[in-house]
Amino acid sequence: MSMQLEQSPTTGDEVISNYTINFGPQHPAAHGVLRMVMELDGEIIERVDPHVGLLHRGTEKLIEHKTYLQALPYFDRLDYCSPLCMEHSYVLAIEKLLNVEVPERAQYLRVLFAELTRICNHFLNIGAHVMDVGAMTPNLWVFELREDCMNFFERVSGARMHSAYFRPGGVHQDAPEKLLVDIGEWLDTRLPELFGDAMSLVLDNRIFKQRNVDIAHVSRDDAIAWGFSGPMIRAAGIPWDLRKSQPYDVYDRMEFDIPVGTNSDCYDRFVVRVKEVYESAKIIKQCLAQMPSGPIASDDRKVAPPKRGEMKQSMEALIHHFKLYTEGFHVPAGEVYVATESPKGEFGVYLVSDGSNKPYRCKIRPTAFSHLQAMDFMCKGHMLPDATAILGAIDVVFGECDR
Amino acid sequence: MTVLHPAPRFTLIDGLKDTLSTALGGHLLDAHDEHGELLFTVRRDAIEDVLRILRDEHGYQQLMEIAGVDYPSREERFEVVYMLLSLTKNSRIMVKCTASEDTPVPTVTTLWPNAGWLEREVFDLYGVLFDGNTDLRRILTDYGFEGHPFRKDFPLTGYTELRYSEDEKRVVYEPVELAQDLRQFDFMSPWEGADYVLPGDEKANTPPVDDPKVTEKPSDTGAGAKADKEAAEKVSAGAPAEEETGKDAPPPPEPTEDREGRPARDGKTTDTAEATEPKDGKDA
Repeated sequence: MSMQLEQSPTTGDEVISNYTINFGPQHPAAHGVLRMVMELDGEIIERVDPHVGLLHRGTEKLIEHKTYLQALPYFDRLDYCSPLCMEHSYVLAIEKLLNVEVPERAQYLRVLFAELTRICNHFLNIGAHVMDVGAMTPNLWVFELREDCMNFFERVSGARMHSAYFRPGGVHQDAPEKLLVDIGEWLDTRLPELFGDAMSLVLDNRIFKQRNVDIAHVSRDDAIAWGFSGPMIRAAGIPWDLRKSQPYDVYDRMEFDIPVGTNSDCYDRFVVRVKEVYESAKIIKQCLAQMPSGPIASDDRKVAPPKRGEMKQSMEALIHHFKLYTEGFHVPAGEVYVATESPKGEFGVYLVSDGSNKPYRCKIRPTAFSHLQAMDFMCKGHMLPDATAILGAIDVVFGECDR
Repeated sequence: MTVLHPAPRFTLIDGLKDTLSTALGGHLLDAHDEHGELLFTVRRDAIEDVLRILRDEHGYQQLMEIAGVDYPSREERFEVVYMLLSLTKNSRIMVKCTASEDTPVPTVTTLWPNAGWLEREVFDLYGVLFDGNTDLRRILTDYGFEGHPFRKDFPLTGYTELRYSEDEKRVVYEPVELAQDLRQFDFMSPWEGADYVLPGDEKANTPPVDDPKVTEKPSDTGAGAKADKEAAEKVSAGAPAEEETGKDAPPPPEPTEDREGRPARDGKTTDTAEATEPKDGKDA
């Protein structure tokens, strides 16, 4: 018996051609200014060409014209969802070139607030991701928690988002005792309650799973070849976390687990982030328990400024303060590449110093570049609405991607 | 050197520099170890082979970053730096090669698919060409942008600015016009590296004189009757009040209150003493 294929009503002399659409640059699910030129066959994505750079501000060029300290606030404005983690790479790069010692309390404070930033960043991504695939409520709930985090940042640095809190040699100010108590209390009460509630709506939700499970499967080999990092590589089943494998500050004293995925799809990436929130909470609690008292910035006056009270008493201190805030400090010539585990993946800074008070070159390695580049092969064969889920699971912020 | 800094501590493998130097053989130009970073400079045309050897035989599975750097004073002004990461050995190295505007670097998209965008970025910002990259479009700058903005000789302000034109109902490009000068401060201490000239700096370079000036005799200083006469001459007309007009200068204004030891006031000026000196002796 011979099989006869059913003739499609549109085939014949009509030719169906693929058509191309623009996704973005202004699209609520594009997480910023991303323009994707998509070639569609019906509703199936054939090819994606992401156009980035619409938010390019020339940060790296601007940094070359600023002293090391003046360049620091630019990092807050890269990934504006996790500003302190951006600063972290930069200050560590400077410290590596200077080989300056950082007091213990400062290292604990940095780890504490970097982890709080991670929680804050994941809240935003988790909320945005569930909203991209159609759920409204969890986003509103995690935004309430995010507001708490913002208040903590404000209380420690004076700014909700662009904190400029980490400084070469330590941190800017000591955290008030009451703030640390409040963070501890928040971790015990508000966070597990509200976040647990919000996630209970999503994690086992049938619609959410339909939209995410088995979407954008990336094999381990592909994840490595495409330079994935952060939750994207962990979802592919590779337990790679720079906080664990290449510890910086006091991460080597922290006990935490690295959540990994099994299926390497959008759902796994989401769950990895949810689990990481709890791991970060564990790290913060350990910081609060272990944090010693003491100075919060290096006592090397050629790097960190003296206290204001000291300046009123000592001529030497006044001169140091003046020199640090006009000329800045000189960094020995050399080049380093320092990468830390930002909430989105490996965030690196390649710093070239010529021995003067300004960086000769400061190359920023954005996490989004590798991930976004893989959009094409991750989207291939999926439906158009899956593109938003894939993009949401990448966790892309254009301040960082475009620099 | 003792490590004091808290920067990421990846595994520093003993003898890694020598192992890799031997493995790279003739491709290698220079290998050095500084600030805890291993840096290999290799020949440009061998970069693909070098990275293939490092990836396949030495376990550097991931290409994390390609950075361009511009050194305008060098013969081949650009450096292209590849950051490699080994997930299995937990090690990082940097490999670099040099290039100029017209010497293309072989592409490594054949080894890592994510090299595509990284090379596009270096091309866009520095104008380094990558031989074999099939998609070498601009990536970060605007559509239709001209020039390579991260070169050291490209001004920070750029050459064009754009705005929305209400007349033409579209975005228009215009040459940059700054309302005030771009504020560029050089805070470097004048003892190190300042290469600008301040007023008066030219005096520092005046050659020393053979006969030092002395003032032992009046003639050396130029003092005497002649100089006194010259000094008495008015150089310019004085202020109007100083000129002799033959009239009395206007008198000082009438006081506004009676004071002891002064003649009584005439005229109609009002006595304001009450306002300043309360009569009952109490403070106001």
